[in-house]
Amino acid sequence: MSGSYYVPASSKWPILMVVVLAFLAIGAASSLSFGHGFGLFIAGLVGVFVMMFVWFRDVIHESRSGLYDAQMDRSFRMGMAWFIFSEIMFFAAFFGALFYIRVFALPWLDGEGAKGISALLWPDFSASWPLLKTPSDAFSGPVDVVDPWHLPLLNTLLLVGSSITLTIAHHGVKKDQRNKAKLWLFLTLILGFSFLIVQGIEYVEAYTRLGLTLQAGVYGGTFFLLTGFHGAHVTLGACVLTVMFVRLLRGHFSPRSHFGFEAASWYWHFVDVVWLGLFIFVYVV
Amino acid sequence: MTSNSYSSATEHAHEPQLRGLKRWLLTTNHKEIGTLYLIFSLTMFFIGGTMALVIRAELFQPGLQLVQPEFFNQMTTMHGLIMVFGAVMPAFVGLANWMVPLQIGAPDMALPRLNNFSFWLLPLAFSLLLSSLFMEGGGPNFGWTFYAPLSTTYAPPSTNFFILSIHLAGISSILGAINIIATILNMRTPAMKLMDMPLFVWTWLITAFLLLAVMPVLAGVVTMMLLDINFGTSFFNAAGGGDPVLFQHLFWFFGHPEVYIMILPAFGIASMIVPAFARKRLFGYRSMVYATASIAILSFVVWAHHMFTVGLPLAAQLFFMYATMLIAVPTGVKVFNWVATLFHGSISFEVPMLFTLAFIVQFTIGGLSGVMLAIVPADYQYHDTYFVVAHFHYVLVPGAVFAIIAGVYYWLPKWTGYYPDETLGRWHFWLSVIGVNLTFFPMHFSGLAGMPRRIPDYALQFADFNLLSSLGGFLFGLSQLLLVWVVVRCVRGGKPAPDNPWEGAEGLEWTVPSPAPLHTFSTPPEFIPERDSPSRA
Repeated sequence: MSGSYYVPASSKWPILMVVVLAFLAIGAASSLSFGHGFGLFIAGLVGVFVMMFVWFRDVIHESRSGLYDAQMDRSFRMGMAWFIFSEIMFFAAFFGALFYIRVFALPWLDGEGAKGISALLWPDFSASWPLLKTPSDAFSGPVDVVDPWHLPLLNTLLLVGSSITLTIAHHGVKKDQRNKAKLWLFLTLILGFSFLIVQGIEYVEAYTRLGLTLQAGVYGGTFFLLTGFHGAHVTLGACVLTVMFVRLLRGHFSPRSHFGFEAASWYWHFVDVVWLGLFIFVYVV
Repeated sequence: MTSNSYSSATEHAHEPQLRGLKRWLLTTNHKEIGTLYLIFSLTMFFIGGTMALVIRAELFQPGLQLVQPEFFNQMTTMHGLIMVFGAVMPAFVGLANWMVPLQIGAPDMALPRLNNFSFWLLPLAFSLLLSSLFMEGGGPNFGWTFYAPLSTTYAPPSTNFFILSIHLAGISSILGAINIIATILNMRTPAMKLMDMPLFVWTWLITAFLLLAVMPVLAGVVTMMLLDINFGTSFFNAAGGGDPVLFQHLFWFFGHPEVYIMILPAFGIASMIVPAFARKRLFGYRSMVYATASIAILSFVVWAHHMFTVGLPLAAQLFFMYATMLIAVPTGVKVFNWVATLFHGSISFEVPMLFTLAFIVQFTIGGLSGVMLAIVPADYQYHDTYFVVAHFHYVLVPGAVFAIIAGVYYWLPKWTGYYPDETLGRWHFWLSVIGVNLTFFPMHFSGLAGMPRRIPDYALQFADFNLLSSLGGFLFGLSQLLLVWVVVRCVRGGKPAPDNPWEGAEGLEWTVPSPAPLHTFSTPPEFIPERDSPSRA
């Protein structure tokens, strides 16, 4: 441990980030509640990306000009690791909701077990999963569900493959084989964006052919909640990896110092693992 | 992050001191951000307190006098939300910002810019929340627990503002927790091992893990609400195959650890102050650490004790009842250790100690009524009555809030360089103790007699208890103005405080000057475990 500490200088980006988040939040809430303010929401959203860009740009500059010490590096690592832990808990809530609906709520609505008295609400209802027929006619269930062994299987291969190519790229960075790193990171990006395209095709099919929508009862809700938030995380991860690719092209990262790259790959492996959970529990089982 | 290994070049990035508003908007200094958190918390405490006084004024006598039931519902809801997320939590984060780096010998928090961001999210979140009161259809009116379908199907249009404000406050808490964990694990002065840390640091480390584990679940549940309200999903609607009880499971999976988030740092404060004024080392340091960790772990498997009456299977009721009672064991260990620390101590009764002693007694009362509520068949009687209100206010107000106030009096000399006025402090203490108990103790009786909570009117037989509660509420609320007066006077001047203003206080925070200069510990301070550790033999 060194004899003194490094403390970063103050910055105007955090407070400006709060300002654009204010646009985003006020715009979103106002357009949802009262039907106006969507433009403000979009302005806020763009602002958030701009602020992330300039904030991270400063951090990268400081890192590359050698301001950070080993202790700062550890702080960044801990920060990223525990941030991913909080993301895991975010998905855990949604997986928990899925299990609760399947294991408890629906069988009870069908009259099973000690709490089966709720079957009195809709006597004709019979529990099944996927839930094609909802208890009440107020909601119409999906006509059919996504076949796991076509597009979702392809997506599993794409995403697992991208985790492998990313690891190879990481080895390239560590051994200072920069062309190898660039090539495999580029492949990772292709696989990642292909995943998003396939997911998009699957969504279009779900809406147009299968009647599987957000409104299609609790099956549609949990399906889009889990796959949608996962897709949003893949999008973010792919954007971050794109930034890493650009940085690689510009000559950033050394075999000993490349935490930006490492953090991005941690995040990418995390979305990969979440996908495996989704593939098993949302599509297959 | 660098390819070179630096040692001498790692300096403070000092810059010219900013002035005015800009200084506070851009600050990355843990002491300034700590001050901002504490001022914000105090402001919210008075806003939420004013709402409590609206409630108590309406309940002063039976019948509807001052406000309409619809507005009364908004007051109970906003009072709870503001006190939980706006007053108590930010107060502890403010104390952590100020004291954790000083107690572990760090120059600042590990991620100072993130720290600035975490704070400034809060004024935004609570402006959004408060603004909803003035919107068409009013603000949130479904209780601070916002159960579906009250908060979805039957909610006012402004509910989206409530949801986004919870998201923003949640992001603030998660980032703040990450910062505290990185600070404690990474920035300690080298010789200080985990088992040498002051207990306030330990309790905050464990609290930060709780925040990281449950704030995302809260974000998840409000997101599902948002979808149910605006996009036609049916997570909490049985007509589409969902379940309103699912909402309660998700909410309380967040909500129960949340109540420990609001009390564990209070345990930490008490564990600093009791040894200081008993002039003894803390009894059972290690058992305090293990008890805190046990409480945190158990907090994840007790959530359904809030839901005994919604129709849980018998096996679930039994499991959650016994798991809940188990928490009394590590909590009992803590109370025992505080009492054992006092035993044969040379006790003096300065204001921080008065508040801490009152905290121990009053928190224990709240804990014991918690054990009563844990018993399933008894809970069928107590559920949704004023007995529950009495219980959680006893752990939160004479509990957590008293501990916060004790911490403020204890550390004010370090912050300002002056002692807080002892006479005014004693007035503040005695008026608060009388006021708070007059407010909440009668609620046990009105609750046991069957008075339901969240009701603007009540049957005649509850009139006397409510009259006492209302008088006590105004006494307690108004006496908090004394706290403001004490703090303002203390900032302006008073009896100058030495580096260590309390005879028996230990810890690195007392090795720096009073008031603490803006930058402290630019090099790691000396720490000799055999001499300085609170766990030394």
